[in-house]
Amino acid sequence: MTAAGPAAAYGAMPRKEDARLIRGQGTFVDDIALPGMLHGAVLRSPYAHARISSVDVTAARAHPMVEAVLTGADLAGQGLAWMPTLSGDVQAVLATDKVRFQGQEIAFVVARDRYSARDALELIAVEYEPLAPVTDARTALEPGTALIRDDIAGQRDNRIFDWSAGDKEATDAAFAAADVVVGCDMVYPRSHPAPLETCGIVADLDQVTGKLTVWVTSQAPHAHRTMYATVTGLPEHKIRIVSPDLGGGFGNKVPVYPGYLCAVAATMLTGRPVKWIEDRSENLMSGSFARDYHMRGEIAASADGTILALRARVLADHGAFNATAQPTRFPAGFFHIFTGSYDLRAAHCEVTGVYTTKAPGGVAYSCSFRVTEAVYLVERMVDLLARELSTDPAELRMRNLLRPEQFPYTAPTGWQYDSGDYPRALRLALEIAGYPQLRAEQADRRARGEYMGIGLSFFTEGVGAGPREHMDILGLGMADGADLRVHPTGKAVLAISVQTQGQGHETTFAQLVAHELGLSPDDVEVVHGDTDRTPFGLGTYGSRSTPVSGAAAVVAARRVRERARLVAAAMLEVSADDLEWADGAWRVRGDPEQSRGIAEIAMAAHSSLRLPDGVEGHLDASAVYNPPNLTFPFGAYICVTDVDPGTGEVKVRRFIAVDDCGVRINPMIVAGQVHRGLADGIGIALMQSIAFDADGNCLGGSFMDYLLPTAVECPSWELGATVTPSPHHPVGAKGIGESATVGSPPAVVNSVLDALAPLGVRHADMPLTPARVWRAIQGRPLRPDLAVE
Amino acid sequence: MRLTITVNGTEYSRDVEPRLLLIHFLRDDLGLTGSHWGCDTSNCGACVVCLDETPVKSCTVLAVMADGRRVLTVEGLARGGRLDPVQEAFAACHGLQCGFCTPGMMLTARWLLDHVPDPTDAEIRAAISGQICRCTGYENIVRSVRQAAAVRAEAAGQADPEPAG
Repeated sequence: MTAAGPAAAYGAMPRKEDARLIRGQGTFVDDIALPGMLHGAVLRSPYAHARISSVDVTAARAHPMVEAVLTGADLAGQGLAWMPTLSGDVQAVLATDKVRFQGQEIAFVVARDRYSARDALELIAVEYEPLAPVTDARTALEPGTALIRDDIAGQRDNRIFDWSAGDKEATDAAFAAADVVVGCDMVYPRSHPAPLETCGIVADLDQVTGKLTVWVTSQAPHAHRTMYATVTGLPEHKIRIVSPDLGGGFGNKVPVYPGYLCAVAATMLTGRPVKWIEDRSENLMSGSFARDYHMRGEIAASADGTILALRARVLADHGAFNATAQPTRFPAGFFHIFTGSYDLRAAHCEVTGVYTTKAPGGVAYSCSFRVTEAVYLVERMVDLLARELSTDPAELRMRNLLRPEQFPYTAPTGWQYDSGDYPRALRLALEIAGYPQLRAEQADRRARGEYMGIGLSFFTEGVGAGPREHMDILGLGMADGADLRVHPTGKAVLAISVQTQGQGHETTFAQLVAHELGLSPDDVEVVHGDTDRTPFGLGTYGSRSTPVSGAAAVVAARRVRERARLVAAAMLEVSADDLEWADGAWRVRGDPEQSRGIAEIAMAAHSSLRLPDGVEGHLDASAVYNPPNLTFPFGAYICVTDVDPGTGEVKVRRFIAVDDCGVRINPMIVAGQVHRGLADGIGIALMQSIAFDADGNCLGGSFMDYLLPTAVECPSWELGATVTPSPHHPVGAKGIGESATVGSPPAVVNSVLDALAPLGVRHADMPLTPARVWRAIQGRPLRPDLAVE
Repeated sequence: MRLTITVNGTEYSRDVEPRLLLIHFLRDDLGLTGSHWGCDTSNCGACVVCLDETPVKSCTVLAVMADGRRVLTVEGLARGGRLDPVQEAFAACHGLQCGFCTPGMMLTARWLLDHVPDPTDAEIRAAISGQICRCTGYENIVRSVRQAAAVRAEAAGQADPEPAG
């Protein structure tokens, strides 16, 4: 068998996807135009919380270009007014009773062109009785606060769940015995993945065959198919989901949105294809948000800087419907990985989820479920502890990092980390940064009254959900299939369940298979994003493609290889036991001249060659991969900033990122994934936030207000790599798609607060905009979640 | 309104609504879907095309404003079946991931190199600062533009006659 490790087909190679994309020949959902296609538009609520007295669509229906108008009442007649969320709650497709967030869907107009559909929205008259909004999660549970979910029988307040993990008694005991205890309240503000392509759909019900074909911006086409079948009652084999080229996803394209179901209902009603493409404001105001965690962290240590225990109390704002995208048994995702990368004795966390009159969501924005919030908490707490102890934050981390010999390591909250060499990664990051010189420069600058910051973070992610006996979404276990066909001439087609949104699956997965079979990646075509042509699986998010689907592809390829072995034995007239796999071919042991490659074997397998009893011929194979554990990528990041105390402006001067994602199949693509996440870190830490005013108005509803980093806010990234293979993944790989989004925000924040340390600023919440930094310097910090003081 | 416009060297005449945006005219009326729409507010630049010589955000240009003018889109970047050096460089340097911002980025890059043949990194970053990429962290876009500049310089060097004397 091939040992885990890079080999011939691995390595940087240009992407197969690029040929069409650089010519403008990609096919994104909005590029699809079908004969007779109609265009949908959604009427949305201007209020955050209001009872709907009436919806009058008479004038809209009379518009000469309008073909249909759907309301909640219309959908209720078909049992489609509500749909299940990804977390066991329900969400209104079109509101029937109340609106519960600004931007909630009320009616759906279908017209002959997109401008007319928008025009007709203006003709719909809705009467509202405004109710009190609930925009501050911290007041959601107070007596007298408006009850948001009066649609749920027995719901008396805005509580969704209480959940905890870890050992409370042991943690309390460790805190009681500690020399030093540091606490901090912090907010991970509501953010949004904001892929450059918004969400959209083209739904087409064939009136003759009864087959529904849906082109949709989906990171999880198979899960969407099952959900459409469940909600609409259409038989699942009569539903085909095509997820074509996607303009980014980052978690935003995991859920099923009301607009999708409206388009499906509309094609069923009109018998014509219906397209709906949300605009940017719809995307930001009603599509899935991320984060919105209000956290209290406490860390306990001995006087010599040994970290003993950690605890966290979290108020999780889930918006108006609990649509958070997490495996069923994990209402707070994997937040309890919050002990991070450190050797602690005890830890305990408690999470309370609440409803507010804000958009539903809670997606894993470029991270495994809630790991981002967890890493931020622990990395801020470690920095605060370092300041309390007057210890260098790099030294404090090095002292407390898990040691290589502790792996596999069982964390106090139950996670089993598969592999790691943490000190090596941190040492490399410090070396690339020139850490001692940076500290010396900082001292010089401080003496001159300049504010330079050096911030560190060390993160451990848990990605590749997940073992199906523990992890499911909507009852669907998180295992993924792969089908591999090898044609007679030795060219192969791999069909996978996961879906690229830019990660380069068509290239990386071809490399995985090519390596196993001694082929060139050019000889392997990767098919994805079409449920009629690919095996079932739960899709791409939480960095699960390589850990789960990639493993399935490798297992299928190894099955092909074993089938080829039997055919090769017949070709060479030897026993299969006499063959060894070497240099990409089956070879007779001790006789290197006698060997057969996959192409020759494939032709023989399809020929009239007499095969031993029980050998079927052909080489095709499939696999379903149920991962035994998550994979645990990790990394050490260092951010250097310069802060202008007069304006509060932060300039990121350098960013050093050392990532360990196990074996790297295509290092070029891995580096690209890291670059992306580092830009996310700049955006999340310094710019991006979806805040609300006291009336529940969303203040981040366009790119004028929801600020994303451009090329001038981003420095030139400095990357480093270590490789610690995963012991349980077939090629030793771990996920990498989201590590940098998880690891970089605390490095940026720690850097800014390090810069401001001489001014006595201990903590300030993201996003660290100039105004927020300036106010923190004045000792009057602003809340990040509300536009009120 | 009657509109006559030359897109990628081909002249088109169409009757359009005065309010029709150039991006929708290109995508929906002409079927040139390589230019993308991303934000409505001129922030993201997925819709950048060249109007005469200048990159514009075509979500904020009315189609009728382009009457009698020339438009270059990603579909017109290649010449005589040969990719533009900018296209080659974006693929070679991993300057794209999802590919949604890429057409606009490449058009701005081509415009930059037409005016500043050997730009600094800061000049490249400034040139694309009105456009958003959510995938690359910009690093490899900058590399791509640098590489395209080098390729163009080499080609120009080969094409130029030896200086006299």
